[in-house]
Amino acid sequence: MKPGEFYQRDRRWHPPALDRDYKTSVTRSPQYAPISLQNSMSEITGPVFGHGDIAPGDNDLILNYAQSGESPIGERIIVHGRVLDENARPVPNTLVEIWQANAGGRYRHKKDTYLAPIDPNFGGCGRVLSDENGYYFFRTVKPGAYPWRNWVNDWRPAHIHVSVFGSGFAQRLITQMYFEGDPLIATCPIVNTIKDKAAIGQLITPLDRNATIPLDAIAYKFDIVLRGRRSTLFENRLEGN
Amino acid sequence: MQKLDYLKETPSQTAGPYVHIGLAPGAAGFDIYARELGWDIAGPNARGERIRVEGVVIDGTGSPIKDVMLEAWQANADGIYAHPEHPGEVEEGFRGWGRVITDFETGEWGFDTVKPGPVPGRSGSLMAPHINLWIVARGINLGLNTRVYFGDEAEANADDPVLNLIEWERRRQTLIAHRVERDGQAVYRFDIKVQGEDETVFFDI
Ligand SMILES: [Fe+3]
Repeated sequence: MKPGEFYQRDRRWHPPALDRDYKTSVTRSPQYAPISLQNSMSEITGPVFGHGDIAPGDNDLILNYAQSGESPIGERIIVHGRVLDENARPVPNTLVEIWQANAGGRYRHKKDTYLAPIDPNFGGCGRVLSDENGYYFFRTVKPGAYPWRNWVNDWRPAHIHVSVFGSGFAQRLITQMYFEGDPLIATCPIVNTIKDKAAIGQLITPLDRNATIPLDAIAYKFDIVLRGRRSTLFENRLEGN
Repeated sequence: MQKLDYLKETPSQTAGPYVHIGLAPGAAGFDIYARELGWDIAGPNARGERIRVEGVVIDGTGSPIKDVMLEAWQANADGIYAHPEHPGEVEEGFRGWGRVITDFETGEWGFDTVKPGPVPGRSGSLMAPHINLWIVARGINLGLNTRVYFGDEAEANADDPVLNLIEWERRRQTLIAHRVERDGQAVYRFDIKVQGEDETVFFDI
């Protein structure tokens, strides 16, 4: 059985384009409804990456920018999990990229002017390919919360930005993961662009004591779910296959 | 009643203003990877016409958005996607995927590639040559999908099943890139209006 088209995306599970409480979305949200397309070759295919594209240490943010013999300040953590699809099947060999602020909440970016210091040993980005079971992991430090200009006293909860490809361009996804127990999650206007509490829950990673490395790093588990594919029970194949 | 045990897709969140750190760290202002991804779409061996596609992304006030990241996905000149599910071979080094960011001062973006060929659509139809785009930025809660079609493919565009799905003929024009020659090179201009007058057509794929 060959994989077919992707299941329709549940747009009510995702944040709407316009949310007045996240001010930047007001002028950056299309007013017309998107045109719904049934999948063609252009949507079910997507870029393929291999081990030649990345280096083995790219998923270790503790070491990938540190000067030799040094390491970044902060709580050492493992972020790990599986990339799955809606059919609960692993998505193997897919590119996962992350970026984050340092332990003080400051980004290494020429546009970030927050007064917390840059950490000379922390770049803040990493990437990895999921293995044949969809499994991936990163080693990093826990990012700090930071203030941002929306309302006058808004603070982002600690978060890591996550980008995933999947096997087709229609699965492309960027999201953010949060940490269990963070009191800033409940009031964050960006978190709350998502209207379904259960959907928000999918972005909050639990502490995973079984995956911690004793006396070294604590772990959080983040499973990522991409759109699932219809199985072709009947021979209504897309043209060109 | 029994339960359907499907999982739910992980919900999207905005890429935020610092998307460059993760996906194009050179632009954020630092060097970390031996190789950044997505700057070479077609590779050295691709057949077909070498072209440049460029534009700005404009918000609802008419201003350029200066912190956008765009990804391009396209077939080669023979209309084949570099993917195991598309039968046929592509040239060595042809990936068909690219990643570009806008200039922080002007909001201009651009990428060099080859012009794709027509690709198979649904139920035996053929789609006019096009490049698929995915657009993320601060303030965009779920990445926007659109397509670049080519102004010099009027005949193919007129028969394209996706363009013809857009009920408002006038809006189809928002997906047509206009060709100019610059220093002997073909340049297609494709400005994207996220909101407002002549808003670009976006697709729910
Ligand atoms: Fe952030």
